[in-house]
Amino acid sequence: MSVITWKYASPQYFYPLAGKMIPWFSVLALLFGAAGLWLGFFVAPTDAQQGEGYRIIFIHVGASWMSMFIYLTMAFWAGIGLSFNTRMSSMMATALAPTGAMFAFLSLWTGALWGKPMWGTWWVWDARLTSELILLFLYLGFIALQAAIDEPRRADKAGAILALVGVVNVPIIYFSVKWWNTLHQGASVSLTQAPSMAKTMLLGMLMMALCLWMYTLAVALMRVRVIMLERERHSEWVAQLPEVQP
Amino acid sequence: MLTATDLACVRGDRRLFSGLGFALAPGAWIYLTGENGSGKTSLLRILVGLSPAEAGEIRWGGVPIARLGDEYRRAVTYLGHHNALKEELTARENLCTGAALAGVKLDAARADALLAEVGLAGREELPARFLSQGQKRRVSLARLLWSESPLWILDEPFVALDAAAVAWLASTLAAHLAGGGMAILTSHQEVLIPGSTMQTLRLAA
Amino acid sequence: MMNAFGVLSAVVRRDLLVALRRKSEVLTSLFFFVIVASLFPLGIGSEMDLLRKIAPGVLWVAALLAAMLSLNRLFANDYADGTLEQMALSPVPLGLLVTGKILAHWFVAGLPLVLIAPMLGLQYDLSPRALMVLVISLLLGTPLLSLIGAIGAALTLGVRGGGVLVSLLTLPLYIPALIFGAGAVEADISGLGAAGHLSLLAALLTLAVFFAPWATTAALKIALE
Repeated sequence: MSVITWKYASPQYFYPLAGKMIPWFSVLALLFGAAGLWLGFFVAPTDAQQGEGYRIIFIHVGASWMSMFIYLTMAFWAGIGLSFNTRMSSMMATALAPTGAMFAFLSLWTGALWGKPMWGTWWVWDARLTSELILLFLYLGFIALQAAIDEPRRADKAGAILALVGVVNVPIIYFSVKWWNTLHQGASVSLTQAPSMAKTMLLGMLMMALCLWMYTLAVALMRVRVIMLERERHSEWVAQLPEVQP
Repeated sequence: MLTATDLACVRGDRRLFSGLGFALAPGAWIYLTGENGSGKTSLLRILVGLSPAEAGEIRWGGVPIARLGDEYRRAVTYLGHHNALKEELTARENLCTGAALAGVKLDAARADALLAEVGLAGREELPARFLSQGQKRRVSLARLLWSESPLWILDEPFVALDAAAVAWLASTLAAHLAGGGMAILTSHQEVLIPGSTMQTLRLAA
Repeated sequence: MMNAFGVLSAVVRRDLLVALRRKSEVLTSLFFFVIVASLFPLGIGSEMDLLRKIAPGVLWVAALLAAMLSLNRLFANDYADGTLEQMALSPVPLGLLVTGKILAHWFVAGLPLVLIAPMLGLQYDLSPRALMVLVISLLLGTPLLSLIGAIGAALTLGVRGGGVLVSLLTLPLYIPALIFGAGAVEADISGLGAAGHLSLLAALLTLAVFFAPWATTAALKIALE
């Protein structure tokens, strides 16, 4: 079997590297966040039909994107971990899951907050909202499965299979929900038609998306460092870390 | 020929063994011993290919077992702690379906003959849940009689057996080894297999 | 040596024989289906127009839950008594044995639901045509439930709280089957024609037949490590 010799694939070297990267990503998240919020709250014009309430999309859209993107990334790392037996990739998948679930939840919550003033109801069975809800269930399943298994190696592999099955299913679920939605159009409101967007709005959304992206990186790296310490607590390199010295 | 080199096994936080190696030649058997929790069963499960070893390699006829796949699985018969019997099925049905799962066709007449050989004549139609522990173990051991595998890996095969059954198993093992077979087994009691080469492998707790 | 088909039918026969001698477990999920479907009119009211309208969804959700109820048994017994170990060590590919077990699960937990569904459909005043579409949709859909459910059952094998966990894992994956299955009946009732839904259901079934045993096998090997 070939050995991947890239040295950062080993926790021992990745741990300090991740530690060095976290502050950078945190600062970038703050900067992009400040720029995005400024654009979103002060520069972008008030919407003619939707008033001020629409400004929630600056969070909502980014959170939805991230929730989907993180699921793909998580499944990718889990798959790599399963096929090449690389511990680091599986730990990365585990570290990403809670953030992804949080974004899925945030996307639903902000969607509801947006929906109430727009359509007078907290929830519509729109294809996107419904898919997002199912995505949240998939995240929760992944987290629950990993939490229920004590042996880390088995938890990694079982989680990986679930994530990969989920990835095959996400498009199927999305299209089936969409199909279902078009047949039951009735009273529901479609979110799918995008209103013509001002350039500043687009820029603000982009800034916010970058902010969430940087935030995800920073948080996932923090979490993966904790997982590394926990799993490798008996190893030589952890014992020599300055932060664990008495 | 089965060779193991530098095997290591970790369960949870505990390193059960490391640097373990042996070579098993046709006609010889390994008596695997050690205290409870020393990793005997873990080692057997690694040897049959159920669990991966933390480190090290196992070769069968010079080829790593992971590469051999079903060829190795055909060469090995494994009996674990559990008897792999269905309580609802009769002794005969258990024997026949157990063989079918391994791709071996066993008709009822042959199954009855094998059951008679392990001392269960007249109990062929009895559901397994009405058999005693020792009788269940005998049904389970009957699979050794249809198995054509050269390597037998047996986890505590003598448990629950009475004196007659112990003698029967020892002579079956002796015949298997005399025919060029190999065996690895664990046991808490002394095992005597007449006319065979025994290697003892002791796992320290 | 036996050929692949011989092994497959041996596995199916074995599981059916075991199920036959443990009738109570088989009947449990069937009774569950009947009771759940009969509870809805009691909770909602007996207005026939309304019942006709909710029938496809209610019957499908009930079938889905009933199929899920029996998932825990799919591998748990074989895991506990050591048979699963022997299967994994058999020279026969584990995928083939697993396919046999899934097929047997469908015979025991899926097919009875299909057969009793028309009777429940009558309680909801469905037309004979709609009843037939219901049966066809369940005939295509229940094997799909067994196939997807097997992945969940294998992943949660021997895991703490596996019984609840398996529903958390499999129910989201059941959604497309539910949408197309219930959708087929509903489309037929509203005069749109069920062919589209049914062919999509068949497509999903084909996909699952290829992938689910493979994923289940991988999950079982992990569980046995």
